[in-house]
Amino acid sequence: MSSSEPAVDDTLDTPFFLRWLTTAATSVSHEAARLTDLDSAIGDADHGTNMQRGFAAVAEALEKEPPGSPGATLILAGRQLISKVGGASGPLYGTLLRRAGKALGDAEQITPQQLADALRAGVDAVAQLGGAAPGDKTMLDALLPAVEALGGATGSFAAAGEAAEKGALATVPMLARKGRASYLGERSVGHQDPGATSSALLIAALAEAAR
Amino acid sequence: MKMLINVPETVVADALRGMAACHPELIVDVENRVIVRRDAPVEGKVGLVSGGGSGHEPLHGGFVGSGMLDAACPGEVFTSPVPDQMVRAAAAVDSGKGVLFIIKNYTGDVLNFDMAAELAEDEGIQVAKVLVNDDVAVTDSLYTAGRRGTGATLFVEKIAGAAAAEGAPLEQVESIARRVNELSRSFGVALSPCSTPSKGGPTFELPAGELELGVGIHGEPGRERRAMMTSHEIADYAVQVVVEDLRPENPVLLLVNGMGATPQLELYGFAAEVHRALGERQVAVARTLVGNYVTSLDMAGASITLCQVDEDLLRLWDAPVRTAGLRWGA
Repeated sequence: MSSSEPAVDDTLDTPFFLRWLTTAATSVSHEAARLTDLDSAIGDADHGTNMQRGFAAVAEALEKEPPGSPGATLILAGRQLISKVGGASGPLYGTLLRRAGKALGDAEQITPQQLADALRAGVDAVAQLGGAAPGDKTMLDALLPAVEALGGATGSFAAAGEAAEKGALATVPMLARKGRASYLGERSVGHQDPGATSSALLIAALAEAAR
Repeated sequence: MKMLINVPETVVADALRGMAACHPELIVDVENRVIVRRDAPVEGKVGLVSGGGSGHEPLHGGFVGSGMLDAACPGEVFTSPVPDQMVRAAAAVDSGKGVLFIIKNYTGDVLNFDMAAELAEDEGIQVAKVLVNDDVAVTDSLYTAGRRGTGATLFVEKIAGAAAAEGAPLEQVESIARRVNELSRSFGVALSPCSTPSKGGPTFELPAGELELGVGIHGEPGRERRAMMTSHEIADYAVQVVVEDLRPENPVLLLVNGMGATPQLELYGFAAEVHRALGERQVAVARTLVGNYVTSLDMAGASITLCQVDEDLLRLWDAPVRTAGLRWGA
């Protein structure tokens, strides 16, 4: 853990959230080809391109009309993803950020614990929308361990990043039960889930922004 | 991989500009990605809207016109459209009689259309939804997201489109669409992978001497790989699995569909084998449609779809249709 990591009583402001999402946009852009490759193994080879397009739109919108609060930042980002991405990723990631943003309300300063709770609300909304559970080989397998790590007693952004990365790797031996990969049944085994991978990128960007 | 494109990023927009130039009977909104028949909304008629990823042409934009869809929303290549497009389409075609969303069962399509239906209803548009899930290749179980929606989409769009053109109310158009889906089953075979413009090459590997049985319309794997088979053997396999699942007692509509890179010469030869295989199983064919209708970019291969019909459904199938991709009697 970095020494400059926000402590439990630290607060996170709007610039922190802007930094998180622009970092995520850069990271998704760098990893787009890898996401698309993962998706071509068990899906339809568009995840990287779609995420790149969506997060580029997020970065552009945040620059054009910088929101006044952390909650508004996440809501604007979520709306951009829903209206630009398409596929399953658009509604799912859009819902994750929008719901988390709504949970934050219009507070200007957020504690890490409040962010953990808001992200938990977002992840719950994703689970409900996609009808998936842990172990189904979806983005939830990275997001759930991340919010648990972040919300725990010794929670930190770095721990959340590590948990998400570990969760994404853990999808390799899983049998896909939701999304397009589920149509493959047994043949989905042995491939890392592209959605869990992009989720890990998003959480890693959070840890990066906190540094 | 050589493709007749400018850059991958503008492939969909470029195709839409082409549709606009070639089909003055359509209003093609290139920026917002909505294709609407020019005379929409048609007074007193239920509006039919469908959409999905691009790369399956003529599905769905090619099926916009009188007797079929009122509007279509093309997404990025193999990616579902977004709710904004669907809401825009619904608003453009609603005459006050409501709108039916025809959705192929893919997670992205379902999620986006669900969100769009809510938004459209907020705007006072009555929306009904029908899910197409005809592909028998992948097993339906408690754990999967269900069967994929493929070739039957054409049957649903055509027959529900005819019912709407006759002035049937939303509830009835919806129930006919649902019935056509329930009476339809599909199975597809790939002889080669497809290539997406953004990837610039094949999205999966298929060795020269093998074929993929039960392939999806995005090139996603299906049941199994085997050594290359003859048209006769493929027809036997495909007809067997579809008939086993559908158990038709009535005559059927038959779609012999090319995946994009298989020529008519091969498709008609395959259609002959499919007719033979159906005949051997005492399944009567009422009508056959042969061609590239629900494609997967440059994939070689074919799918068959059967729809069991009674006199009423057959009459609606035969009703006039005038679209870029399907046209008869009008």
